[in-house]
Amino acid sequence: MTAFAEPLVLPERRGPAGRLSDFFWKHPHLLLTVMLAPPLLWLGVVYLGSLFALLLQSFFSIDDFSGLINYEFTLATYRQLLSETNLDIILRTVTMAATVTLASAVIAFPIAYYAARYAQGKWKVLFYLGVMLPLWSSYLVKIYAWKLILAKEGILTWIFEKLHLLWLLDGWLSLPVVGGNSLSVSYTGTFIVFVYVWLPFMILPIQAALERVPGNLIEASSDLGGTPAQTFRHVLFPLALPGIVAGSIFTFSLTLGDYIIPQIVGSSRLFIGQAVYAQQGTAGNIPLAAAFTVVPIVIMGAYLFVAKRMGAFDAL
Amino acid sequence: MGLKIAAAAGLAFLHLPILLIFLYAFTTEEKSYQFPPPGLTAQWFAVAWNRPDVWAALTLSVKVAAIATSVALVLGTLCAAAVSQTRFFGRETISLLVILPIALPGIITGIALRSAFSMADIPFSFWTIVLGHATFCIVVVYNNAVARFRRISGSLIEASMDLGADGFQTFRHIILPNIGTALLAGGMLAFALSFDEVIVTTFTAGQQSTLPIWMLEELIRPRQRPVTNVVAMVVVLVTFLPILGAYYLTRDGDQIAGAGK
Repeated sequence: MTAFAEPLVLPERRGPAGRLSDFFWKHPHLLLTVMLAPPLLWLGVVYLGSLFALLLQSFFSIDDFSGLINYEFTLATYRQLLSETNLDIILRTVTMAATVTLASAVIAFPIAYYAARYAQGKWKVLFYLGVMLPLWSSYLVKIYAWKLILAKEGILTWIFEKLHLLWLLDGWLSLPVVGGNSLSVSYTGTFIVFVYVWLPFMILPIQAALERVPGNLIEASSDLGGTPAQTFRHVLFPLALPGIVAGSIFTFSLTLGDYIIPQIVGSSRLFIGQAVYAQQGTAGNIPLAAAFTVVPIVIMGAYLFVAKRMGAFDAL
Repeated sequence: MGLKIAAAAGLAFLHLPILLIFLYAFTTEEKSYQFPPPGLTAQWFAVAWNRPDVWAALTLSVKVAAIATSVALVLGTLCAAAVSQTRFFGRETISLLVILPIALPGIITGIALRSAFSMADIPFSFWTIVLGHATFCIVVVYNNAVARFRRISGSLIEASMDLGADGFQTFRHIILPNIGTALLAGGMLAFALSFDEVIVTTFTAGQQSTLPIWMLEELIRPRQRPVTNVVAMVVVLVTFLPILGAYYLTRDGDQIAGAGK
């Protein structure tokens, strides 16, 4: 019973650090405030502040004569955004984003499926790093690599020549919309580079979704007489869908906002990102540039809303 | 079998273009992207080594990445600790806020910061680049730290407190050793992200050029292609190291670093 002779409440700590520690222990809310204040000041005030300031600018307009911003609330900039040329840009970008997303999903699925179901031990690591390294390697270097590949004198033309298939390449390039003088100045080129650069972002969430599919479900399906195609259609695909939707958030959003890929590999027709860049830079029309940035924000907002309903966030 | 081929072809599609860069770094052809290369030489490494503009861009990139990573480490860890160790109103909103700079297209972050700088009359400088980079690096550190904080059992911290340690001692001797490798991994990834960033940087940099900006200019208006080839190859090799490092530091964890860039 001697242990109880000591006081149950310890004496207050000494020194500034000890007293501060005691103070925070007694006031946990203050500690929380102190911890959250710096990141919130940075992200909430600096970042969100600039974001709102930008959105606000889209409700201003630019004076056609002086080129100065007219700080009066107006919807004129949005009317300008909905003009035919600008709608063309928006439509072109959204179409590209949709095709890129579709193609990445098709290419990503077998890789993700193999990595999730069959790869074991060392192979699993290899697959993982095999996706991670291209994901993290330099964005510009990846684009540059494709500039080398797609150039008229580059490796792709050489391969087609060796296979005696040059007529196929030329035939493709002479097609109206997807063609061009060479692959590096055509929509086909832009499309390939987009798919290449965003593919890892599609593989990882699909793999995560597939890893959660129990193996016996697939066995059960084939035991019940399902062909592989039926199993894919009725078992695998529905269960992988949240992962595909999660991946498509990345591919879609990244394509919508990119302005470097279409500038380096592609035709001279603009995408949303390039339009924003041109409007704020050479044209000096910040309000219109701001209105253009609203487009991806609205599209992605709607997209995220639908994705959330499909359970895509559980696959992230 | 068909699946195996499709998976292998997909992985080859991801890796062959990067490997091609290595070949081009040795080509003797200066004016075009001719394939196959007419000859091989190692002379461009020496030429690139002696280019002051490459060194200046490289130094700036390393400096920016180092400072942005340090800022992100502090802010990201604070945020992760607050979100994972306590319950409070608006926790979900904070995770969303942290992810926003990377979820929105980079061009939006870039132009928003640029117009904010011009409204506040802040001249473009080294620090405006750092500010932009730190904003989107926070999320990388945050993700890694949150994943690790979830695995630290709360009883460890309580035990430390019961044994008479004060808050700072608990942080120093219990929390820090436990989250150390996660922070290191997050820091490495943040560094790699900042080192490579170009979209936000084009909006927040003035006259200075980081290495990606240098490359972008070289891509739009090629001046000396062989030097670009060499720089591209070096960049690939340099970015591989932090990725491999981050992987080995966190591979036993429930969530491996870098799964969401």
